[in-house]
Amino acid sequence: MNAPLSPPSPYSSPTSRSNVETHTLAVLVDNEPGVLARVVGLFSGRGYNIESLTVAEVAHGEHLSRITVVTSGTPETIEQIQHQLERLVPVHKVTDLTVSARSLERELAMVKVRGKGEERNAALQLAEAFRARVVDATTESFIFELTGKPNKIDEFVDLMRPIGLVEVSRTGVAAISRGPDPI
Amino acid sequence: MAKQMTGAEMVVEALKDQGVEVLFGYPGGAVLPIYDVLFHQEKVRHILVRHEQGAAHAAEGYARSSGKPGVLLVTSGPGATNTITGLTDALMDSIPLVCITGQVPTHLIGSDAFQECDTVGITRHCTKHNYLVKNIADLPRILHEAFYVASSGRPGPVVIDIPKDVQFASGTYTGPRNVHHKTYQPKLDADTDAIRRAVKMMAAAKRPIFYTGGGVINSGPAASTLLRELVSLTGFPITSTLMGLGAYPGSGPSWLGMLGMHGTFEANNAMHDCDLMIAVGSRFDDRITGRLDAFSPGSKKIHIDIDRSSINKNVKVDLPIVGDCGHVLESMVRIWRAEAMHAEKQPLDAWWKKIDEWRDRKSLAFRNSDKVIKPQYAVQRLYALTKDRDPYITTEVGQHQMWAAQHYHFDEPNRWMTSGGLGTMGYGLPAAIGAQLAHPKSLVVDIAGEASILMNIQEMSTAIQYRLPVKVFILNNEYMGMVRQWQELLHGGRYSHSYSEALPDFVKLAEAFGAKGIRCSDPADLDRAIQEMIDYDGPVIFDCLVEKGENCFPMIPSGKAHNDMLLADLSDDAGIELGSIIDEKGKMLV
Repeated sequence: MNAPLSPPSPYSSPTSRSNVETHTLAVLVDNEPGVLARVVGLFSGRGYNIESLTVAEVAHGEHLSRITVVTSGTPETIEQIQHQLERLVPVHKVTDLTVSARSLERELAMVKVRGKGEERNAALQLAEAFRARVVDATTESFIFELTGKPNKIDEFVDLMRPIGLVEVSRTGVAAISRGPDPI
Repeated sequence: MAKQMTGAEMVVEALKDQGVEVLFGYPGGAVLPIYDVLFHQEKVRHILVRHEQGAAHAAEGYARSSGKPGVLLVTSGPGATNTITGLTDALMDSIPLVCITGQVPTHLIGSDAFQECDTVGITRHCTKHNYLVKNIADLPRILHEAFYVASSGRPGPVVIDIPKDVQFASGTYTGPRNVHHKTYQPKLDADTDAIRRAVKMMAAAKRPIFYTGGGVINSGPAASTLLRELVSLTGFPITSTLMGLGAYPGSGPSWLGMLGMHGTFEANNAMHDCDLMIAVGSRFDDRITGRLDAFSPGSKKIHIDIDRSSINKNVKVDLPIVGDCGHVLESMVRIWRAEAMHAEKQPLDAWWKKIDEWRDRKSLAFRNSDKVIKPQYAVQRLYALTKDRDPYITTEVGQHQMWAAQHYHFDEPNRWMTSGGLGTMGYGLPAAIGAQLAHPKSLVVDIAGEASILMNIQEMSTAIQYRLPVKVFILNNEYMGMVRQWQELLHGGRYSHSYSEALPDFVKLAEAFGAKGIRCSDPADLDRAIQEMIDYDGPVIFDCLVEKGENCFPMIPSGKAHNDMLLADLSDDAGIELGSIIDEKGKMLV
């Protein structure tokens, strides 16, 4: 989808693809109309990647929203992304949670699986192993609720596929730093 | 201070409180309440442009020449969309603008109403910030905040979109207070330790160079004064970007001329060979750096910029200093003096000797003619005949712009208005109108090309209406000259659609507008004709017929490094075989 738009340009320094890192950024913003569009528009306008994005108001009194965005790029690109985000007028703070390394990442998924007989048992057993909860059940389907790191959810979804995966809804990554201090 | 009034009245009241003297605008359905308020007052002077793009560029010219934010007022829908080029131009060149747009009433937003467009959505990418005011209670705060955001930090354009019902609504107006924005707090003062380290690096440098940009101009006249002081204290050579011309005088002893794609041989070679580069308010644009992996390979780089995101964006630097140029330069001068620093005399002398060798190449020289006017000669004569009048110069975009930058010299900041980042043809005439309004008694000249000028020629009517004696000096080569030059370089001389066919008779066109038209094609008559233009009390269109096939040199071809310049060949009529010089990779570039 995002094929490189142009051939390598002599104006830009060569960047090795192996240099690409994935980082999770926490962006505190004023919850005003259009603020998400500003953040997302910055990524698309400057050609940065978004692998996951979540947003919700976290302090109602102060109208403060927290955007967690997982992005990838060279270390130089990640630094640019951070400073470009800081430049947006409604942005309070941008923290690279990957740099501090002491952060927790979680994602919630709801997974709909269709099946009968043995398939149902197999699905339930796997769900138990992954500590997924059944939040809806019919005679021919389950909906599992699962929380964890993104790769745990990937694994669960992969296991459900042969059993009768119907669809998946994921929240995207929420992240927070460990210890007593805020970001 | 708190007064009850309508939204429309608040807009005009806020303009007065912000000290706005000139407002560029064009009325329409969604701003009629504001225009009705303007009708009843005389403090804010409204200038009726002929196209909203003209309003934006005029506001830019006003802002750039005066140091104050430029203000424009346009209607919803097409009024707003017509400003997009001007807003983008202001964003790229960091020009403070406040653009007030009318919007359909709030209850009609999203219904595809007549002259509705998603103004904040469309302008989100071409403004520093924008607002849609849905509640009258927010209007006074937003109006004042917009001026603060536009003109503080790295300046830029701000849009305020005001629905018509909010203009009619009543509320409590409050005047400007010291804005303390919750999130937007630009940092002016830089880290003193970093500045001290920079000064130490400067004192130890053997082949230093100052590379300054538009940020010095934006920081205010004091920054230019401090820059001059620092250059004279250190004795270092200085070059500047297109946007930074005038911060250091073009007649100054340390001046190397402009650098970059059409910069001088000495400036570009000095950038390539330096051991310390001090970048001040400049952003390592691709027009400056050329080929990045060969850009000044042996130097340590200090980068002073108010915008943190400019640092390490294109070029990795060794010492970033985030802060306002004026503040940082002041500290540098103070520390340099206080610690009685001095530059390394011997290596610096050797460095200047090397620079003088490059200077001797006289890279801006051209082969003059007594039969046909050379465009460079035309700019040189314009400079000679106008320089003592402290003129304000604007340009359009193309070859004429580069010749103006090379051959017109600026001794003061804020005298040079040009579209650098976006490269907007049609910028010059409205910008000249804006500059003339800021400086009614001054000589304002738009150095133009015959193609560019037609992009906003309608603004001649504005000049006539307000008796603004702007001079449009067209270097007419009947080509989109820079396009033609690139087609010669890159596309085998196949001049696809770059010939300016069916040109108007510019003398008659001037007369049709009510201005004076002058045409000149004889080098011997040029001085007299330019003098006639200067002496005329009113707007003039000067149709200067110049050599058609002249190329703009020197030039760093696409994808080449600073020490890989093309220079004009003065000995051979055939000129340089350009097609073979640029490789396939270079042809991909713009």
